[in-house]
Amino acid sequence: MRNLSEHRPRGRTMMGLAGGLVAALALTACGANSDPQSDPGNSAGTGSVIVGSADFPESQIIAEIYAGALKAEGIEASTKPNIGSRKIYYAALEEGSIDIMPEYSGNLLMLVDPETAAEAPDEILDALPDAISAFSPDANLGVLEASEAENKDAMVVTAATAEKYSLTSIADMGKVCDKITIGAPSTFQETPYGLPGLKKKYGCDPAGFESLNDGGGEITLKALLEDDIQAADIYTTTPSIEDNDLVVLEDPENNFLAQQVLPLVNLDTVSEDARAILDKVSSMLTTEDLLNLNREVSGEEKRNPADAAADWLVAKGLAKK
Amino acid sequence: MDYSSNNVIVQMVEWLLFPGNWSGVRGIPARVLEHIGYTLLTMLIAVLIAAPVGLYVGHTGKGRVVVVAAIGTLRALPTLGMVFLFVLLAGLGLMPPIWALVLLAVPPLLSGIYAGISSVDPSVTDAARSLGMNELQILFTVELPNALQVIMGGVRAATLQVVATAAVVAYINLGGLGVFLVEGTQIRDNGRLFGGAVLITVLALVVDFALGLLQRWLVPPGLRIDYGREAPQNSGRQQAVASAQGGTT
Repeated sequence: MRNLSEHRPRGRTMMGLAGGLVAALALTACGANSDPQSDPGNSAGTGSVIVGSADFPESQIIAEIYAGALKAEGIEASTKPNIGSRKIYYAALEEGSIDIMPEYSGNLLMLVDPETAAEAPDEILDALPDAISAFSPDANLGVLEASEAENKDAMVVTAATAEKYSLTSIADMGKVCDKITIGAPSTFQETPYGLPGLKKKYGCDPAGFESLNDGGGEITLKALLEDDIQAADIYTTTPSIEDNDLVVLEDPENNFLAQQVLPLVNLDTVSEDARAILDKVSSMLTTEDLLNLNREVSGEEKRNPADAAADWLVAKGLAKK
Repeated sequence: MDYSSNNVIVQMVEWLLFPGNWSGVRGIPARVLEHIGYTLLTMLIAVLIAAPVGLYVGHTGKGRVVVVAAIGTLRALPTLGMVFLFVLLAGLGLMPPIWALVLLAVPPLLSGIYAGISSVDPSVTDAARSLGMNELQILFTVELPNALQVIMGGVRAATLQVVATAAVVAYINLGGLGVFLVEGTQIRDNGRLFGGAVLITVLALVVDFALGLLQRWLVPPGLRIDYGREAPQNSGRQQAVASAQGGTT
């Protein structure tokens, strides 16, 4: 943050000197809180960009990865963490005070087109560009290549339960649902992907339901391990899945909306070069990477998201140490 | 549900008036009953713990330092944290979250009972003793009626806190009116969130009013503190009532 404000006056002065219409337009478009980005000395259009992030650690980690990858290729990039919820940061993108946001395909589509008929992961990605243009016609926003990394709600069971009922997908669970008690947030009882969705798509009417509102945390995990519940709604990038050999059940009917990680960008300010770099990042980011990064940042280590991101970039050969 | 406006107050009113919210196991009446049930259970356990200790310490004056220190410590415990801790230690079920609420209810009860008994004028107990009453008779027939006003103040304060705080048990597999707060936050349903908050407030006010009536009815007329007129001989007890009720009378 301090860096941003220190740079602002200098940027403004330079633009004042340039005095051109383009610079003036850029300044109006940026809004009061942003760092003016057109650097007259850099005519290639690779001006500095701001990567925002939402108010949870995973979003910050991905933002640091994006910014780190861009910086490694000589594009000036800074991060603006903890902007808030989706509506807030989307508005910030529209008004131009940030240029890049890590997003999740399904939730982004639900924001820009709540009535969408898209269900399969590819359908969601195909629907996104038009839905975004229709939702914000005044801004030139778009999504880049999606990664395979995904953080979505999922039905998770213990290895023992999976073996006992030979479960690999929710379809298998549907056949034995009368023996399964599901633990999930309270609203799972009413949301379309919750109990109504499980019943409609998999014929699953569970034996019981425990509302556990700790976001798939310690209490949900303990209830699962002690067999108080047999299936739980836990996000796919939660470290406890790997740490406890839990099994994420496949979802062939797409009950849970796909949530692939992808960059939502301002196409006016993010150059072709920068987009190519972000595409390369997306091609390498996996769900397991995210899970491990989450463990480093939110687990006992409590690493700084920027440090964890930097190590990942080096490990993938996207940046030098 | 769909609201006709983005205004939070309008949404809250619409949510409260929507007939579908007033029926079924997840409806408002069922949640109110659950909430009252948790409160009664909590208060019952808390009274069973606080009464013997408070009566003993108030009557004998022994262990006063320990009790005052314990009350202070208990009051500093965050209830939501206790709910999570007990559930992690003891697993899912009705009782772990209830124990967290008991920890909340014991301090005001205990201080009400202890302060009520020990604030009875010594000349009254001495007179009883000179009449040949034994200590138990003095405690239950002299001190307890005299202390009732203060004790009921503690009961009211404890109940009010439990009704208001019992919302936290909705986090972990229990119901009650807190469910509306949890769900309203989860799916950004402001009508449900604020509707639930209003229901808890109304329930707390109704319960406090009912306990106020009970207090009037329980306390013998000769021992009532009349706040309307000056009552210098009772000023010490008046203060004790006020402190047991958390500053109000």
